[in-house]
Amino acid sequence: MHLVYPAVLSALLFCTGLYGVLARRNAILVLMSVELMLNAVNLNLVAFDVWLSKAAVETLHSGQALTLFTIAIAAAEIGIGLAIVLAVHRDRGTSDIDRLRAAAEGPDDDPDDSDAPGHDSGAAATARGAAQADEKAEATA
Amino acid sequence: MTTTTLAVLVPLLPFLAAVAGLLLGRTAPGFVRPLAVLPALASLVLAVLVAADQGGGRAIDAATRLTPTGSVPIDLALHIDGFAALVAVLVAVVATCVQIYSTGYLRDDPRYPSYAALVSLFTSAMLLVVYSGDLMVLLVGWEVMGICSYFLVGHYWETPEARAASLKAFLVTKLGDVPFLIGLFALATDAGSFRITEILGAVASGNLHHPTLIALLLLAGVAGKSAQFPLHTWLPDAMAGPTPVSALIHAATMVAAGVYFTARLLPVFQASSAAMTVLAVMAAVTMAGSALAALAQDDIKRVLAYSTIGQLGYMTGALAVGDRGAAVFHLLSHGAFKALLFLAAGTVIHAAGTNSLAAMSRMGNLRDRVPDAYWTMTVALLALAAIPPFSGFFSKESVLGAAEHTATGHTAHAPGAAGWIVLVAGLLTAVLTAAYATRLWLLAFRGRGADAPSHGRQPLTMNTVLWVLAVPSLAFGGLAYRVLPDWFGGGSLAPALTTSVLGTGLALAGGIVTYGAWRHTTALTARTPMGAVAAHHEADAGLVEAEAIASHRPAYGDIAYAPDPADPGRLLLGPLHRHAAAGFHLDAVYAALLVRPVLAAADLVRFLDREVVETYVRAAGGVPRLLGAAVRRAQTGNVQTYVSALLAGTVVLTVAVVLVATGA
Amino acid sequence: MNLAAQTHGFLSPTGVEIAFLLVGLATFGAALVTVTTKQLVHAALWLVVTLGGLAVEYLLLTAEFIAWVQVLIYVGSVVVLLLFGLMLTKAPIGRSPDADSPNRWAALAVAVAAAAALVWVVADAFRTTWIDLDGAAAGTTRVTGESLFQNWVLPFEALSVLLLAALVGAIVLSRKAKADADATTDTATPPAAATRPPAPGATRTQAPGTTRPPAPGGAQTPAPGSPQAPAPGGDRSAEEGAR
Repeated sequence: MHLVYPAVLSALLFCTGLYGVLARRNAILVLMSVELMLNAVNLNLVAFDVWLSKAAVETLHSGQALTLFTIAIAAAEIGIGLAIVLAVHRDRGTSDIDRLRAAAEGPDDDPDDSDAPGHDSGAAATARGAAQADEKAEATA
Repeated sequence: MTTTTLAVLVPLLPFLAAVAGLLLGRTAPGFVRPLAVLPALASLVLAVLVAADQGGGRAIDAATRLTPTGSVPIDLALHIDGFAALVAVLVAVVATCVQIYSTGYLRDDPRYPSYAALVSLFTSAMLLVVYSGDLMVLLVGWEVMGICSYFLVGHYWETPEARAASLKAFLVTKLGDVPFLIGLFALATDAGSFRITEILGAVASGNLHHPTLIALLLLAGVAGKSAQFPLHTWLPDAMAGPTPVSALIHAATMVAAGVYFTARLLPVFQASSAAMTVLAVMAAVTMAGSALAALAQDDIKRVLAYSTIGQLGYMTGALAVGDRGAAVFHLLSHGAFKALLFLAAGTVIHAAGTNSLAAMSRMGNLRDRVPDAYWTMTVALLALAAIPPFSGFFSKESVLGAAEHTATGHTAHAPGAAGWIVLVAGLLTAVLTAAYATRLWLLAFRGRGADAPSHGRQPLTMNTVLWVLAVPSLAFGGLAYRVLPDWFGGGSLAPALTTSVLGTGLALAGGIVTYGAWRHTTALTARTPMGAVAAHHEADAGLVEAEAIASHRPAYGDIAYAPDPADPGRLLLGPLHRHAAAGFHLDAVYAALLVRPVLAAADLVRFLDREVVETYVRAAGGVPRLLGAAVRRAQTGNVQTYVSALLAGTVVLTVAVVLVATGA
Repeated sequence: MNLAAQTHGFLSPTGVEIAFLLVGLATFGAALVTVTTKQLVHAALWLVVTLGGLAVEYLLLTAEFIAWVQVLIYVGSVVVLLLFGLMLTKAPIGRSPDADSPNRWAALAVAVAAAAALVWVVADAFRTTWIDLDGAAAGTTRVTGESLFQNWVLPFEALSVLLLAALVGAIVLSRKAKADADATTDTATPPAAATRPPAPGATRTQAPGTTRPPAPGGAQTPAPGSPQAPAPGGDRSAEEGAR
């Protein structure tokens, strides 16, 4: 079998996962896309291991061992990742990645142009708070 | 103790007193008065001992070099000749009198401790100047006096006049001190030493390369310190200080320092005839102009201030004709009677509750209220007007005689033109001096009108000091003119017949004309009531004087002038009166020539700083801020955007690396 | 190698190659649907198809042990965990129009560029490389087990430490939310209950079910160790959410 087939499939799967990581809003969908990327790598590892175990003399089956490790680590990663997503969801009321912008420099910690943008962010914050309150109200109802 | 030790103690004692006074002033107020008076008295005794030891013989020289200081060495040196010994005695006498007088004059003043300490420091600095044999050490005392005068003139800093006057005194004297310092350096560079003896030796051997330049630079400092035209304007304004300070500054310290310095280094000045001529012109303008101005002043202390400027003009005139003996002779006698005049004037101001002559001329019984001041001031005014046999007559005649001597070409070491200038100006000033002395006496003590408000006798300390000073005013000249030439090592100081007759006649004429004018105008006194007196009659003299100074401008419209038609000076001066009262508008000229350009330049600098430089600064801050705002727009906090950019960059880099690696 | 490349042309594929190609197309298509579908739960289900397709590909590459591990862990536990995650975060059932973020076009550009670059490089590098699939299978359980426990023991043990750390981390992260557990459980429970009435029960039954099967079967394999780590974490959070 040509090595190109699994290699190209792996590249395509990887880029699909890449697209998903970059384009999806829901954090869990992003995690799924990460799984896609990991699996693409796994396919690569396996394909090259099979090729080398036949072509070379002694390979220790490193590709397959590494694949197993990757799978284990992926499982750990998905556990931790989901725990984080759940914690964030509890804390912020959303798991949409592009709404988690605490990393951005808020306009209100800049004293010079705190007039218009400050109001905006303040309004946004209150709106977010109101949304949370609504959600909670709905939930309790 | 050797004479040198005694001489070192003379300036040291007041200095220690000043330090102790400043340290103990708050914690131990009981020690302040003894600490002020006793060291001054002690240094007076020591100065007398030093003078007796020196006795007009060879100069005492002692020097110690603490450390090498570079190209031109600086020594702690004493140089005590006849001049130094006698001037030190004068300084100590006046300082002691002023300290004693101040205990009465400022008895209730809350700032008396610092005042007394500063007067001690002032005295110490002047004694240092007098005794110092090294120009750098002399300069230390010279500048300490400048800063002390700033503090003491501004003693009543609650009043805007005192604040302005203290600043003016400081700035104007500093204006002279800058060229003075440069002159000292030039002199030391030429002579290779700061020691006075070595400098004089260098002058004698003709080693001075730039005598005119050095002499003119030094003259600027002398003019600033000794209040000579055109740097005299600080002195009348310095009257905003307490009267004892005026007496100290005018009689013995500060203004005397310039004359004394010139007298010490006279050979340096004599090396340049141009400098001597400039000195003569300066003296002539100073004495004539100040005498005219004195005739128009309304504030009794300003009259005396202008008279000080005039008498200093006599001294510089004597120096200009190369006779330092006459100059120091006049310095000594003037120190005695001018201290007396100021201290008596302080008593009169206290009694009258005003410093305005116009107001005093409307008080009927001022003479009876302060008999001690009346009599002693009469003596001092006669000395000022150079009426024989008072001491002023002899000293002034020695100056006029020296001028006449030079004018007729009998001396080689001064240009004849200088002699003529000084002689003519001196004779003119003699008339005017007698005129303003008579006017002062008539207006202050021959007033007509309501009685001055009574508030008891003056303190004993103040009256005693007046009589103590009246003795040298009366007799010093007559006793000393025969002895002094031994001390000074110069020519005879005896009055010559021509100048004596001429000077005395002119003085009498001036007095009589003024008396006539006063008779003519005194009838107007009753018709134009005016005058304001201080509110707190019962307070001590210092407070009364401060109030009088502060109320002069509101009451009469000007600090130096009163619209009094009964003033004989107004009749005598005619249209000149208004200008003379304003000091011939020299302050206005300075304001136009110096102050306003400086202010305009400051405005320009402020404009450049605020509008131009700060624009760059703001731009330097604003551009990064704009860039930051633009970059911040990219920092959305959306992690996916960041990762997209990161991966796009990675792809680009990878492709680039692959292309390079494959050689494409 | 060159000889092999000449003998095996692209235009005359073997049967294995055709099977690989077809399964690969299905896998790739499923992956594309996973990252583009608007229905979030469907994405998870399409992910199952993708991962399953990959398992088939592993089989075609004779790596049978990897293939089964893939099925067990990925399809069995990871996707189930993801589904629970979707439920616990109240992911909407049905089409959600805002599933993709606004920068999807930038993402698409980056992905396409990356794909082009990768495919170009890979195809350029390995277009003649031939895998000889005949002979002894390269990835039987025996071969894999021998290599793992002969040559890879130390990394294997290190991995167990990592898994322990992940376990502890997952517990700590879930615990942290206990402070405001009242409010969160209130918000979390009703939708879960509404959308999937048997969810609490399913959690109990399914979570152990996910972890247990490999345990007896893979006594000598690493498989039981690895999934056990995420399972309790996910289990715990799931239970907590259900409470």
